[in-house]
Amino acid sequence: MASKRESSFINMVITLFLVAAVAALALGGVYTVTKEPIAIAKQKKLEAAIKSVLPDFDTIKEAKFADPEGKDSLTFYYAFKNGEEIGAAIKTYTMEGFSGKIELMVGLLKDGTINNTAVLAHKETPGLGDKMDVAKSDFPLQFKGKNPADFKLNVTKDGGNVDAITAATISSRAFCDAVDRAYLTFEKEKGGNQ
Amino acid sequence: MNQLTNFTKGFIKENPVFVLLLGLCPTLGVTSTAINGLGMGLATTFVLVMSNLVVSIIKSMIPDKVRIPAFIVIIASFVTIVELTMQAYTPALFEALGLFIPLIVVNCIVLGRAEAFASKQSILSSIVDGLGMGLGFAFALTLLGGVRELLGSGNIFGFELLQGDLMLVFVLAPGAFIALGYLIALMNRVAKS
Repeated sequence: MASKRESSFINMVITLFLVAAVAALALGGVYTVTKEPIAIAKQKKLEAAIKSVLPDFDTIKEAKFADPEGKDSLTFYYAFKNGEEIGAAIKTYTMEGFSGKIELMVGLLKDGTINNTAVLAHKETPGLGDKMDVAKSDFPLQFKGKNPADFKLNVTKDGGNVDAITAATISSRAFCDAVDRAYLTFEKEKGGNQ
Repeated sequence: MNQLTNFTKGFIKENPVFVLLLGLCPTLGVTSTAINGLGMGLATTFVLVMSNLVVSIIKSMIPDKVRIPAFIVIIASFVTIVELTMQAYTPALFEALGLFIPLIVVNCIVLGRAEAFASKQSILSSIVDGLGMGLGFAFALTLLGGVRELLGSGNIFGFELLQGDLMLVFVLAPGAFIALGYLIALMNRVAKS
């Protein structure tokens, strides 16, 4: 075995400096190379989410509005077809989830009717709360085509119209909360965009 | 050392999960499905091989007293490279594993192999050791993930095998401990005979 370098102060400082410098250079290089593909992948995901919650559109206009409680802002993607506004995809969130923040994309038509919803990010329990994803159960389908004006965004247990996911009432409540937040903000900002 | 035994020891005799019981945090965390276990295992394998290689190359240049910080920097760099690459080119897999990728840094199996093996052995042995240990880890994670997925949701690699409500507990954290316990018992039985 080759003899080790002595653990003198100067040796240790130089070694750690060199190791860190090389690591930093390597990471900088990888970061530069992957920066663009990562941005593209994120953009694609966002666009796919917008497309999945709204009917056909050709242009998108982005805007940010504070939510009614004023704690955070929601991003609105107004969709237009042949210059006419058809609705908005709203990136909304809730902090009421079983394990933290849930992000949804909610597509609302001009009159406030829910066109479709899509889950962007969540940390709910696999097998229970994650059924809010349309790939895992039919739970989100019940929101399609409903107008929150006469469809109470609350689980039936709380006197609303939403059938909760079995054994995941908290996640279901959180989902309603997020959709409700999108709807309320949409109603509040209505007309402000024309 | 014979490279073949060096390679195969990671699977049964010195399996990181079943025998050494190292790196249990990601083991229990990600193995809710077989595919997650496999992805995590392969990512860890890459980091293990690369860090073993680098540590083995520079082992004589590193003063003893700062070897651990130096190893950690090397391992963390490779983990970040894996994370960025996955994010860029396999966004779907990153979505499923994203949270756990940075955890590879604190997976003691990686530092353990760097410290106990690569810092004392030749470059070739270190690579073979990293590969064997990493694939052993991947094998264990896939097995555990498969068992939990089958018992918990009736699927294997996402394909539905059994219908209906199963033992949901196996998808949750307690099920990970239970399944791991039984698998270790089974492995010990196999190793004995």
